Amino acid sequence: MSNLFDVAVIGAGVTGAAIARKLSSYNLKTVLLEKECDVSFGVSKANSGIIHGGFHHDSSMLKSRLEARGNLMYDQLKEELHFPFKRCGILVAAFSTDEMRTVEKLYNNGLENKSIGIELCNHERMLNLEPKLNTDVTGGLFAPGGGIIEPYRFVFSLVESARKNGVELLTEFKVTGSRSNDESYTVESADGRQIEARWIVNAAGLYCDEISRIFDAEEYEIKPRKGEEFLLDRNASAHTDKVIFPAPSKHSKGMLVIPTAEGTTMVGPTAQMVDNKESSSTSKENFQTIFASARRLIPQVSERDIITSFTGSRPTLAGDDFYIEPSKRIPRFIHVAGIQSPGLTAAPAIAEYVKDLLKTEGLQLAEKADYDPCIEKVPRFRNLSKEELAELVEENPAYGELVCRCENVTEAEIVAAIRKDHITLDGIKFYTRAMMGRCQGGFCTHKIMKIICRETGLSMDEITKRGGGSWLVHKEVGDYPLRSRNLDGERQQP
Amino acid sequence: MKEITKDVVVIGGGSAGMAAAGEVVGKGHSVVLLEREEILGGILNQCIHNGFGLHRFKEELTGPEYAERYARIIEESQVEYYTGTTVSEIDSREDGKTVFAFSSEHGMLRINCRAVVLAMGCRERNRGNIGTPGTRPAGVYTAGLAQRLVNMEGLMPGSKCVIVGSGDIGLIMARRMSWAGAEVKGVVEIQPYPAGLTRNIVQCLNDFDIPLHLSHVVSKIYGKDRVEGVDITPLKNGMEVTEETFHVECDTLLLSVGLVPENEIARNTGIKINPETNGPLVDSNLMTSVEGIFACGNVLHVHDLVDYVSEESQRCGEFVSTYLKAGDREQQYSMVSGSNLKYVIPNRFSSGRDNHFYMRSLIVRNHAELVFSLDGNEVKRKKIRHIQPSEMISFTLKKEELADFNLDEQSRLEVSLIG
Ligand SMILES: Cc1cc2nc3c(=O)[nH]c(=O)nc-3n(C[C@H](O)[C@H](O)[C@H](O)COP(=O)(O)OP(=O)(O)OC[C@H]3O[C@@H](n4cnc5c(N)ncnc54)[C@H](O)[C@@H]3O)c2cc1C
Ligand SMILES: Cc1cc2nc3c(=O)[nH]c(=O)nc-3n(C[C@H](O)[C@H](O)[C@H](O)COP(=O)(O)OP(=O)(O)OC[C@H]3O[C@@H](n4cnc5c(N)ncnc54)[C@H](O)[C@@H]3O)c2cc1C
Repeated sequence: MSNLFDVAVIGAGVTGAAIARKLSSYNLKTVLLEKECDVSFGVSKANSGIIHGGFHHDSSMLKSRLEARGNLMYDQLKEELHFPFKRCGILVAAFSTDEMRTVEKLYNNGLENKSIGIELCNHERMLNLEPKLNTDVTGGLFAPGGGIIEPYRFVFSLVESARKNGVELLTEFKVTGSRSNDESYTVESADGRQIEARWIVNAAGLYCDEISRIFDAEEYEIKPRKGEEFLLDRNASAHTDKVIFPAPSKHSKGMLVIPTAEGTTMVGPTAQMVDNKESSSTSKENFQTIFASARRLIPQVSERDIITSFTGSRPTLAGDDFYIEPSKRIPRFIHVAGIQSPGLTAAPAIAEYVKDLLKTEGLQLAEKADYDPCIEKVPRFRNLSKEELAELVEENPAYGELVCRCENVTEAEIVAAIRKDHITLDGIKFYTRAMMGRCQGGFCTHKIMKIICRETGLSMDEITKRGGGSWLVHKEVGDYPLRSRNLDGERQQP
Repeated sequence: MKEITKDVVVIGGGSAGMAAAGEVVGKGHSVVLLEREEILGGILNQCIHNGFGLHRFKEELTGPEYAERYARIIEESQVEYYTGTTVSEIDSREDGKTVFAFSSEHGMLRINCRAVVLAMGCRERNRGNIGTPGTRPAGVYTAGLAQRLVNMEGLMPGSKCVIVGSGDIGLIMARRMSWAGAEVKGVVEIQPYPAGLTRNIVQCLNDFDIPLHLSHVVSKIYGKDRVEGVDITPLKNGMEVTEETFHVECDTLLLSVGLVPENEIARNTGIKINPETNGPLVDSNLMTSVEGIFACGNVLHVHDLVDYVSEESQRCGEFVSTYLKAGDREQQYSMVSGSNLKYVIPNRFSSGRDNHFYMRSLIVRNHAELVFSLDGNEVKRKKIRHIQPSEMISFTLKKEELADFNLDEQSRLEVSLIG
């Protein structure tokens, strides 16, 4: 039967994508199932994008060990998958002797986790490393191995690579039911589709608990811990070279100033336990807290520079560690749950770890002879020199058509996104950065919609922001009964 | 790649760029005009309502008609113009300038010139800039984008909408959406007075029974995929009165919350920006802090009337011509804004000629006075019937009015509004 897979990975966030790509290097038939209309639309799209420096926890925690291992894998991944990634380094700033003691603990964690080049710094060294720091800084820590990435671009690349090596991706496949026999599971989607798979990897982020319940595996509860962040303009004077952390408190790593991989600045996140997994609402109080905290680190942080804000929720479990284990209740089922921060950093190491678990549990792994770890590199207008651009436009005139003026994105890049199946506005935004700059799509949304129509054959009213009910335009002018002016006090109905 | 050499490059083919280019070419210089869209006209192309050109042409034109008048001048002139062409960079050196632009038709354009006119217009402020809390669904549009969708693409952004901001663009969109059959549930304005023209309040809101909520804010947006509603909260003494919050169901939120000059290219060229206007600081010849680069229209400061844009830009064209011809430059002195003014433009003045100033008020008043004083001595006083921040003040200080004063390098002319 053609839709019998060796492995079904549920959830196309960074965890599921990294696992699927790892599995694509073996002779296996793998399917990646995702409820949204595109990949990386869950927690993996809304986070701080930091490749952590391996100093936040000691090595007794699984998440800490995988963070340290994952961090080291990013250079090679960037070579193969061309996503924005920089080892810009991380600073933790202390403003009192108490805070300095906390920082020393972090330093010891870092040593234990073999964080490369980690050092303790005095006041002067801190300001030399980051001249924009608040001069009240008493000292701190520097982890040169820490970095930043564009998280959704990383997931898109992982999935592209996995698909290139034979993984099948099924989107809008919301797993709602399952049946099993001795050999395999039948996995059912909300829209009635079914697939069969011998092994299941549960990487459903905030919904790992529901998936576990659907398969009658272990009972646990994922609790969302919400974080809110603000993005500042490219020109913001608060832009630093390195990621700046405060000394952490018991519950959170604190609010940071982050130079994003694409040159904007981000401040946040908050950390708040919430009841609703879909809660994506921002609030005024958080706004004030974030800016006050960020300004304590970098006084130049200014509300004037805000271009947008967003929220994401970390999928947390009691104990606050990752839970990556085979089910003890049902066979051939691996939980990859509680993947809160540093999930992004750890993802490549999680994938290795899960592969090893699958092997130990009895899955046969034979390396694929023609596995190709590399994907095509799509040139980006904003990264090229004028000479390179002049040449590129000769080859492909669509590189001469600037669609997004704030982030310098050309029609060629938008077409590339669409050809890679990113056909919603958010999908295109995450792939190209169009609509992500200071005007937030004010000038280019309609142009992008037209390109989508031309490339896909969809009509304008079929285009969405991010699938589901997120329609953009309703009807055409004239589809409504036209209304005329109400001159004698009563609205004239047509 | 295409290499061009001309006296002047004008960046932007809206009303500002067209007026400046037309003036420069008329004075006998060679000009190239670059426009990123497929047609000339800029923002006017989507303003299909009338009310344009009352000052300039003494008739009431629609936006496209007004643009058409200037576009014809450009087409019939010696101006070489390229549409579908976006400028990405200006390289400014002692011995000249090079402007780089891209188009799918010509690839990279490299244009060598002696002077550049910035006329890139402005962009709209958006949700991030005003920090409206709530979810982030589809259906939150800037009013200008909605105007573009309705007027140029023939598409309806939604059927039940709330509009934030009572500036003219917001008001005009309230009427446009109603005409096209959508239900406009209200216009929410944070200030205690409307930002738009009175005639627009009457014609765009009252005639359609659209409520105007003054001293109110949209305090929360609801909806997961698409906007489902908003909370509206009144303000008292600048504080939100949360108990009096009410909810309005809608599928669309249009934001008309201000415009910002589009100055990224200017910034990257090292041009000094005025934090009050977000446009370049300019001298009395509308020249920026970088020699040979001029600015006019909405890229310099946001105008409410296109007539002023044309007027200012034509003057800019004259200055460019004088710059290209003359060796020595006239003496200039400092110009600053005093009480109750947000800004004055230009930021320098000359003594030997008339000086034209544009100003924006910080206050709303009937019967105010505009007072010019030079180093503490009153130079000129003028009564104004009504002022409000949304209406630009335009004023010419005559050459004679400065004739009796001694000027030295430290001299400073200050303009204030007295309520
Ligand atoms: C505010 C914030 C900041 C963070 N910052 C960092 C950081 O700087 N560095 C770092 O390393 N980590 C960070 N993290 C953590 C990191 O983002 C997460 O650990 C990581 O993204 C989790 O990825 P995931 O693939 O496990 O989950 P997700 O990305 O949520 O993927 C799960 C996928 O499963 C899908 N799914 C769910 N249910 C079903 C179903 N029934 N059927 C089919 N599909 C389903 C979802 O749609 C989703 O796409 C941060 C998190 C937050 C919230
Ligand atoms: C939505 C809106 C409604 C308005 N309604 C009215 C009204 O009812 N009545 C009235 O009198 N006035 C109105 N105005 C004001 C007036 O029309 C404008 O201020 C005036 O048209 C602006 O002219 P401009 O040339 O400065 O800018 P624009 O018309 O914006 O022109 C700028 C041009 O520069 C181009 N450009 C920008 N960057 C580049 C680049 N890098 N390379 C090449 N080209 C570039 C743009 O594509 C654009 O065509 C309105 C303004 C707006 C924004």
